[in-house]
Amino acid sequence: MFFDLIVVGASWGGLDALTVLMRGLPDDFAVPIVVVQHRSQDAESLLAELLQQWTGRTVVETEDKQPIEQGHIYIAPANYHLLIEDDYFSLTTEAPVRYSRPSIDVMFGSAAHAFGERLIGVVLTGANEDGSRGLQCVYEDGGYCLVQDPATAEVATMPAAALTRVPHATKRALPEIAGHLVDVARNGPPATYVRATA
Amino acid sequence: MAVSLTPEGEVESGAAALGRNDLEKLEIELLLEGVFRHYGFDFRAYAYSSLRRRLWKRIEAEQLSSVSSLQDAVLHDPAVMERLLRDLSINVTAMFRDPTFYVAFREQIVPLLRTYPFVRIWHAGCSTGEEVFSMAILLKEEGLYDRCRIYATDINDNVLRQAKLRIFPLERMQEYTDNYIKAGGKRAFSEYYTAMYEGALFAPALLKNVVFSQHNLVTDGSFSEFNVILCRNVLIYFDKSLQAKVHGLFYDSLATFGMLALGSKESLKFSRYEHCYEELNMREKIYRKVL
Ligand SMILES: C[S@@+](CC[C@H](N)C(=O)[O-])C[C@H]1O[C@@H](n2cnc3c(N)ncnc32)[C@H](O)[C@@H]1O
Repeated sequence: MFFDLIVVGASWGGLDALTVLMRGLPDDFAVPIVVVQHRSQDAESLLAELLQQWTGRTVVETEDKQPIEQGHIYIAPANYHLLIEDDYFSLTTEAPVRYSRPSIDVMFGSAAHAFGERLIGVVLTGANEDGSRGLQCVYEDGGYCLVQDPATAEVATMPAAALTRVPHATKRALPEIAGHLVDVARNGPPATYVRATA
Repeated sequence: MAVSLTPEGEVESGAAALGRNDLEKLEIELLLEGVFRHYGFDFRAYAYSSLRRRLWKRIEAEQLSSVSSLQDAVLHDPAVMERLLRDLSINVTAMFRDPTFYVAFREQIVPLLRTYPFVRIWHAGCSTGEEVFSMAILLKEEGLYDRCRIYATDINDNVLRQAKLRIFPLERMQEYTDNYIKAGGKRAFSEYYTAMYEGALFAPALLKNVVFSQHNLVTDGSFSEFNVILCRNVLIYFDKSLQAKVHGLFYDSLATFGMLALGSKESLKFSRYEHCYEELNMREKIYRKVL
């Protein structure tokens, strides 16, 4: 495997997009995946259960100091920022960042710091600009950046903002994202991908 | 050897030189060590990535460019330390935060507490007191308040001073009223406070059996034996080793069959004290000491 962790950010329209992603990933694809999906503050912790229906991998809502394990999909809990240490998570209740808690930027930033070029960052549909700065961190720390083609997004704002900040990111239609992730994790980034220079 | 001299006499980093991340980590360790030795505040075992984030915020706000430059500023200028301290202490809280926790407390803990003649409760990391007032209201409504003594502690003296004033922002009363109702409140929330110009002033009776005092979970020891310890959304700021140490403190401070309540996304599962407790409520992270 070329990568040790995949981080995914989604907002408006994210549940459907994540469902497509979950259904597309083979159960034996073991790279851990961390998902930040914006939702209302007191949303019941249903997202993990909803997504679990579509995958044989274990989907869990992340708890503080939970270790990062192969084959797991981790969902950021509502109302906390999710941070990534070397091999486990920590949570914080610091102020929302650009109106979001969890913030995609914050999670991506900490993952980029911890995983560097062993990280893939994915930005999906959404109606704000969260995730673009985080994806830039992923890019600058040498990771691989993938963005949902805004033309296939329920709301184009978020992926479009990510592409503006990270023009070298790969753009893919939603149904192709899962397959592309598997391919990149196993075989490395496409030859055409321009990695950040240190 | 980490460095060597080039023929021109310039220092060159050698094979053992640190990468960018590790160098930053070294700088952060040196800064925290300096803060501890010079000012006595011990952040050395706080969770790294959140600490790093907040340090960088302060570095940018001071218009500096590296952790080492912040170290210089902090060690020579107490005003910078003061500002850093404010960044490092996260005091976010709310009344009846996580209302379902209070429902579980009423349904599962209150019946157990009724069997005790006298109940000692410790709120560790109580911040500005919202959690303490919520608990006091709940205990009053359950008719238990008079036999309870509540110890509310925090590392930060300012938040304790604020808590003792009994004044909370008026603009949050709507949110707190909603929480109170969801938490199973039995009266009208407005009965507990008077709206004033400065904010909502809460009834003095709620603090009758409450003692606020400064206590540092990192450096101070056990000070009594409790039937209930609440430590919610505090341990998330500590790294694993410090969490383990504080869990040791809680274990030592709990009576047999005493209850420990953590924040809703915290868990004993990843600590080595798990086997000492039984889960009373898995969802709400309420545990009971059994060993
Ligand atoms: C986010 S607040 C939690 C408030 C409340 N328990 C709640 O859940 O709403 C965290 C509190 O922990 C306190 N704290 C941080 N480090 C501490 C330490 N070493 N000892 C005691 N309190 C500490 C902070 O000052 C802050 O007030």
